[in-house]
Amino acid sequence: MRQNKTLKTIIIILILALFVYYAQNNFDNYKIRILNLCAINTILTLSLNLTNGFSGMFSLGTAGFMAVGAYTSAILTMPPEVKQMNFFMAPMNPALMKLNAPFIIALIAAGLLAALVGFLIGAPVLKLKGDYLAIATLGFGEIIGVIFTNTQSITNGALGLKGLPQYTNLYWSFGLATLTTLGLMTFLNSSYGRALKAIREDETAAQAMGINLFFHKNLAFAISAFLAGIGGALMANLLSTIDPTMFKFTYTYQILLMVVLGGMGSITGSIISATIMTIMMEALRSVESTLDLGFITIPGIPGMRMVIFSLILIAVVLFLKNGIMGENELTFEAVQKAINKLQPKKGGKSHEPTRS
Amino acid sequence: MNLLEAKNITIKFGGLTAVQDFNLTLQKGQIVGLIGPNGAGKTTAFNAITGIYKPTTGKVILEGQDITGLLPDKITKLGIARTFQNIRLFSNLSVLQNVLVGHHLRIKSSPLAATLRLPQYTKEENEMIQKTKELLKRVKLDDVQDEKAGSLPYGKQRRLEIARALATEPKILLLDEPAAGMNPQESKDLMEFIKQIRDDFGLTIFMIEHHMAVVMGICEHILVLDHGITIAQGTPEQIQNNPKVIEAYLGVETDA
Amino acid sequence: MTLELFIQHLVNGISLGSLYALIAIGYTMVYGIIRLINFAHGDIIMLAAYFVFFGAGMFALPWWLAAILSIILTAMAGMIIEKAAYKPLRSKNAPRISLLISAIGVSFFLENVAIVVFGGRPKSFFSPDIFKGVMKIGGISIPNLSVIIPIVTAALLIALVYLVNKTVTGMSMRACSKDVDTAKLMGIDVDRVISLTFCIGSALAAIGGIMWGLKYPQIHPLIGVMPGLKCFIAAVVGGIGNIPGAVTGGMLLGMGEILLVALLPGLSGYRDAFAFIILILILLFRPTGILGEKIAEKV
Repeated sequence: MRQNKTLKTIIIILILALFVYYAQNNFDNYKIRILNLCAINTILTLSLNLTNGFSGMFSLGTAGFMAVGAYTSAILTMPPEVKQMNFFMAPMNPALMKLNAPFIIALIAAGLLAALVGFLIGAPVLKLKGDYLAIATLGFGEIIGVIFTNTQSITNGALGLKGLPQYTNLYWSFGLATLTTLGLMTFLNSSYGRALKAIREDETAAQAMGINLFFHKNLAFAISAFLAGIGGALMANLLSTIDPTMFKFTYTYQILLMVVLGGMGSITGSIISATIMTIMMEALRSVESTLDLGFITIPGIPGMRMVIFSLILIAVVLFLKNGIMGENELTFEAVQKAINKLQPKKGGKSHEPTRS
Repeated sequence: MNLLEAKNITIKFGGLTAVQDFNLTLQKGQIVGLIGPNGAGKTTAFNAITGIYKPTTGKVILEGQDITGLLPDKITKLGIARTFQNIRLFSNLSVLQNVLVGHHLRIKSSPLAATLRLPQYTKEENEMIQKTKELLKRVKLDDVQDEKAGSLPYGKQRRLEIARALATEPKILLLDEPAAGMNPQESKDLMEFIKQIRDDFGLTIFMIEHHMAVVMGICEHILVLDHGITIAQGTPEQIQNNPKVIEAYLGVETDA
Repeated sequence: MTLELFIQHLVNGISLGSLYALIAIGYTMVYGIIRLINFAHGDIIMLAAYFVFFGAGMFALPWWLAAILSIILTAMAGMIIEKAAYKPLRSKNAPRISLLISAIGVSFFLENVAIVVFGGRPKSFFSPDIFKGVMKIGGISIPNLSVIIPIVTAALLIALVYLVNKTVTGMSMRACSKDVDTAKLMGIDVDRVISLTFCIGSALAAIGGIMWGLKYPQIHPLIGVMPGLKCFIAAVVGGIGNIPGAVTGGMLLGMGEILLVALLPGLSGYRDAFAFIILILILLFRPTGILGEKIAEKV
């Protein structure tokens, strides 16, 4: 039974790999960019779902951790000439000037540094309850932005960094998204995942059953920060330009929307909603620019996308409070059941044993 | 050596003294009861022993080790497990998962090993599942193992909470009103059950209870609390005939 | 630093602190009753400023009329938000997380609607001459505004304290913040009290927002974000649910921020971070806030 699952998972991954290979070589740049964003947003959504959905810790710090990851990757991947060009207002810290590393190292460093920051922030703050934790993590996200704006010799301050090598391609983004998904699935189905869910259900009872709250909460928080850092790094090397204002709370809110829409506590839900939302964000750009329908022109309304998204967030929480998937996963069994239901009933004996 | 000693435990919340000078000794294998009218401070005393509250003064000593003020998870690891008066199950997790969580504290594999499903972890996980299934059979919950804990009827929820506490492999089990809401037959079954697990698992049991039949039936020693003060302790016979106990529960007769 | 400069900074700090206090009150009152951080409260400030801007600008109303209308409209907006986005969740007994997410959604919505309707570029707030003047007290020049703001704030506070402590309405508000269910049993119309709380909180924030616009005359759709966060922090620092606490917290944060910039100009870029650092410290060492009460959890 378990071997079947592994086999099916491997098949899906192979199909995905073929798709990625085809897309990377045949799609136009615009489509590739959107696919990259889908994968990156999937990683970010899973990162936030880990804390907010599975562990019951309402964090709003995603953007801050993305910033840490993005800048780490930027500093490690920019060749010295590009750094020279960027730091024209004030010279860059000489030690950082010389740093250079291949993308894989930059990614790992981005994740680890973000995880470290996550631990430093989490250790004092994770014992706070719901609302306070939200504000504290939101605040830290802002502080990180403030720090990056003020450390001219490290981050080039408000000027940002341009000319980052565009290492991010579909292999990286989809590959990492797949690893993230698989890793989180095994982690959350393990004893540690159960411990986190227990903490979410009833912290006091979990502690009374011998679960060390500090360790487990910080574990989840650090892993979440790690993933957000990687997401930020992938983003940096996709867009090629970063600055402190990119990673503001608005980005966190968008990821929050994806988590809520997909279902707080569903991995497949997060993948689905991240993909749908990313595509929608692009599709809705047309609302913002002038629509030329030939016989009439509808003027574009800039900023309308975000208005629609905020309404979606409110609507989801008001009417669809468990999101698309709730806490369920799109498992192979679920798909099989759905297919069975759709097939017409055959005459004769049924296969299911009747319940006594 | 005494298994557990609570010495002069006093718990104050601001101006209110919830528990005053509480003393307790538990020998291995005993079943000891704690009774008293509502609001007497019984659960508060429990909470002091299990680390949820830090006593204002006094000490708790487990097998010679001072455990006063340690965090609850540490105390559970050292061997004291409990159930809650208001049943605190993990409602959205299944019956099986609830008890599995109880085993987590003894896990040796790291989170990374668990994520990578290394053989060391898989072995531990299988052992945990095995032990859990046995526990569930013991409390007769094996037929509902995949149901959500929150959907179980009250009596089964109580049994599940006990199974979960047993999963932590405790030396001492603190039961907070285990017979609450049970009919006479269920209470009798519970009494048998408690004696059995005490024998089979080598436990020591300390229980808060209001069902006098249960308390008098299985407790070898009983403490009586009223307004935070221990007004009496002794064998069931001694307690039943103690005028102060009767007064605490029923009030004093006044001449009309 | 000369005495004159120091006094000016002090006065500046008091006036900023007063603004923070006014806005923090709205947070603390709402949190006290329904345990919700109204993320949208900060954006209310922005709405009020824009209402005045359009009132005085587009409709050429006299500034005081524009201000009054703005306060009324903003208070109504606060009540509408409560009815539309929070009440349905309260009635369904939704988990607090859902309320929080809804509040975030509303905040997001207000900011983006403002961008769409008002445009993202900063606009110049109007400034009647009374507010532009400078007075001399004991030989030190102090902007009129820096004196007017604390006075207005103090007057509002006196009125609020009177309302909360000496009127029946105030008593129902205090009852609801202590124990909503018991208040319901005592026949208090909790929904009405909550609406009123939002109304008052939003009105105070509106006044704060208008004075903010006078003090910092460049307005744009996101001006409410930082003050919103800082004022919530102020409410927590002073003791959440506690009106004197909100005032204390607001003053502390306002003065602290100005003095930080005054005494350590090299760190002025970190002025926004100041509030968050205070938050972390308070949450670590005195989580119930300076004037807060300890609440024990019954296990």
